[in-house]
Amino acid sequence: MQVRRLAAWTALPLAVTLGLAACGGSGGGTGESNPDAAVRIEIAEPQHLVPTNTNETSGSQVLAALFSPLVDYDAENKPYEVAAESVTSTDNTTWTVKLKPGYTFHNGEAVTADNYLDAWNYGAYGPNGQNSSYFFEKIAGYTDLQAASGTPKAKTLSGLKKVDDLTFTVTLSEPYSEFKTMLGYTAFYPLPKAAFSAPGVLAEGYEQAPVGQGPFRMKGTWQHDAKVEVEKYDAFPGTKPKVAGVEFRIYQQPTAAYADVLSDNLDVIKTIPTENLSTAATDLGDRFQQSPASSLQVLAFPTFQKEFSNPDVRKAISMAIDRDEITKSIFKDSQQPARSFVSPVVAGYRENTIGAAGEFDPAKAKAMYTAAGGPAKIELSYNGDGGHKDWIDATCNQLKANLGVECVGNAEPKFADLLTKLKAKESVGLFRMGWVMDYPSMENYLGPLYSSNGSSNYYGYANPEFDQLLAEGAKAANEEAAVKKYQQAEDLLAKDLPVIPLRYGQNNFGHSTKVKNVEMDLFDRVDLLKIEAVK
Amino acid sequence: MFRFVVRRLLQMVLAFFGTTLIVYALMFAGQGDPIQALAGERPVTEAQRAYLTEKYNLDRTGVGGFFYRYFDYVGNLLRGDLGESLTGRSIGEILTTAWPVTLKLALIAMAVTIVVGVTAGVVAGMRRASIFDNSTLLLTLLVLGIPTIVLAPLAQYLLGVKWQVFPPTAGAQPSLYALLLPGIVLGSLSLATALRLTRTSVAENLRADYVRTAKSKGLLRRRIVSVHVLRNSLIPVVTFLGVELGNLMSGAIITEGVFNIPGVGFNLFRGIRTEDGPLVVGIVSVLVVVYLVANLLVDVLYAVLDPRIRYE
Repeated sequence: MQVRRLAAWTALPLAVTLGLAACGGSGGGTGESNPDAAVRIEIAEPQHLVPTNTNETSGSQVLAALFSPLVDYDAENKPYEVAAESVTSTDNTTWTVKLKPGYTFHNGEAVTADNYLDAWNYGAYGPNGQNSSYFFEKIAGYTDLQAASGTPKAKTLSGLKKVDDLTFTVTLSEPYSEFKTMLGYTAFYPLPKAAFSAPGVLAEGYEQAPVGQGPFRMKGTWQHDAKVEVEKYDAFPGTKPKVAGVEFRIYQQPTAAYADVLSDNLDVIKTIPTENLSTAATDLGDRFQQSPASSLQVLAFPTFQKEFSNPDVRKAISMAIDRDEITKSIFKDSQQPARSFVSPVVAGYRENTIGAAGEFDPAKAKAMYTAAGGPAKIELSYNGDGGHKDWIDATCNQLKANLGVECVGNAEPKFADLLTKLKAKESVGLFRMGWVMDYPSMENYLGPLYSSNGSSNYYGYANPEFDQLLAEGAKAANEEAAVKKYQQAEDLLAKDLPVIPLRYGQNNFGHSTKVKNVEMDLFDRVDLLKIEAVK
Repeated sequence: MFRFVVRRLLQMVLAFFGTTLIVYALMFAGQGDPIQALAGERPVTEAQRAYLTEKYNLDRTGVGGFFYRYFDYVGNLLRGDLGESLTGRSIGEILTTAWPVTLKLALIAMAVTIVVGVTAGVVAGMRRASIFDNSTLLLTLLVLGIPTIVLAPLAQYLLGVKWQVFPPTAGAQPSLYALLLPGIVLGSLSLATALRLTRTSVAENLRADYVRTAKSKGLLRRRIVSVHVLRNSLIPVVTFLGVELGNLMSGAIITEGVFNIPGVGFNLFRGIRTEDGPLVVGIVSVLVVVYLVANLLVDVLYAVLDPRIRYE
């Protein structure tokens, strides 16, 4: 579930984290590469295999084999063209997408601009109920495709226009400098004509054997609860994969997958279960790997409440928490301590932007807390279904010891229950939140969470200067200029500290002795173009 | 006998409606917001909400809405349509693919229980207080004391990963051999109970009057045990095994999960975890029928085993 979420992500063991193509690659098999072998990768049962309806990592992993994205991300997490020849704009509002010639769908159809427009219109049309529909909300005309009841006004996005067979333009409702960055996600894949039984109606059974334009094609159909098999598509014009095929094997429990990796019955496990983390290094040696993921865990303040409205109170609480200790003792280093508001997987990330507030200093914290008149009792609210109790309790104990306050953890059954209370501005004290990015951009970590009308701003944080900087960033001439504005905006957050950044997520993955060059991409998927089988 | 069966069948209809209603109500009451549950923790757009609400008749609120949905559901059920899970898969299809695997696993477990459990039980019953009796007592206590959640991963680790005697997981189209380890793990629990039951029953019957009579008229010991004692001793064991078969048919959530066997328990677990109401209720409704039929069969078997039991 790698989309915009206030994650409760430890609740679903397989639905965790995103990744970065950073470390990895070196470990494991050392033998020669065998291009004729297939590799076996663990997934959970995908919910859907339609690009605009797939927003969890398992489905996204399968689609990454079947489709080739318009853009992908380089080592600095900046987008570069893959299926697109160019993605350009002069005003950040109208974007021209030129496609590379030579791409064909697995059924032989040539890929044209129409395939993109059809797929995006289908995804954006409200009554189709597509899970990733909101990815198209920046495109002009999106609201006309939505209706709370009845039929929406329009069936196609007014912002999408075909220029010629290999070119189309996208007009946004507001300027957005990082539109190109968005295009790497699953939701923006094209669909062949064969996917539709009538204009705007998806053919029944398409998702049982999706036809894409990517490096692999389906081998047979989706065998529910068992596996999805794909094989190399020879007519693919882009970078060719180094394996003959992939078997995505479906597991319900990561422990079962882990046992299979240990005995070479499975090649890659993407998320090693927490209970096995302590032994993974001995079990797998250098075949156990870790890489940064996009998720961020924070403790948020209800800044609309008087006792937490003073930034000094918030800073003092932050300084009284020993992040490193909790990451180590509770999470066994499966996550990393965080001291910034954006994840290291996006361009523009800087270490330690919260400065002194991120340093563990009990004496200073207590003095500051007393001076600012912080409340004598602190409550930490969390969702009880996500395995958060341990670290909440540990945090509470630290606050008790270091600030001399009373502290209790308050478990709500589900995160949704917590949100309901927050929306009603009921007093819940501090509350935990998690964030998983939609696309690798600083804006995605700032806009929805902290702008005055942000969709997930539950803390009542409103700073006109911050909003202004975000707006300037969206209009900036290029990505570098945008990042500068976003960094200034992040500095404002560091001053106000509406939330305390605590931990970054991390991919903890492992592989068998039969594969090498296993790397995770930005969206917690195994990089299928890099992985190699060993002879 | 015929009247008894008819009466039981009629009771089954009532029991079926009662249990499905309760399950449906529990699943329904347990869900805060099914749409939100389906979407995870993302905000759900208005349009999506409208789409799902209409699809699952969620616009009818309160008690009326509940019964509307329940009768709608039962109506479809009686027509053989189990409905669709929240991810849009036909529940009937899910069950048709899941059941054969679960059935195979159940039969292996059952075979293990009967062959090992009942045989060892008879031997232990005949040689009370012997070394064999005492060591089986100890072993069964041990097995009964270890929950499956420990036993299954332990067996997987030792026999599958460490010594590589069995494949660590079975997968979707498992060979008989791959199912053997999960079958033994699953069977070991009922094995222990079956063994204790058989032992007690045999030991008790050996002291019964009719055994003494048979002995005194000079019958062979082998014949006494195999024909008279065994038949009478098996009555409680059959009851237990019948109920147990119903249990095994409903899939083993833990065992199927640990050995990655996509059977009924595996799907039920997913349904519960993702709050997929239709999937859970669909599977449970079918399980109710399985239980009821298994119980009826057990009762009929009683009469066959013990002529003293007459059903009116």
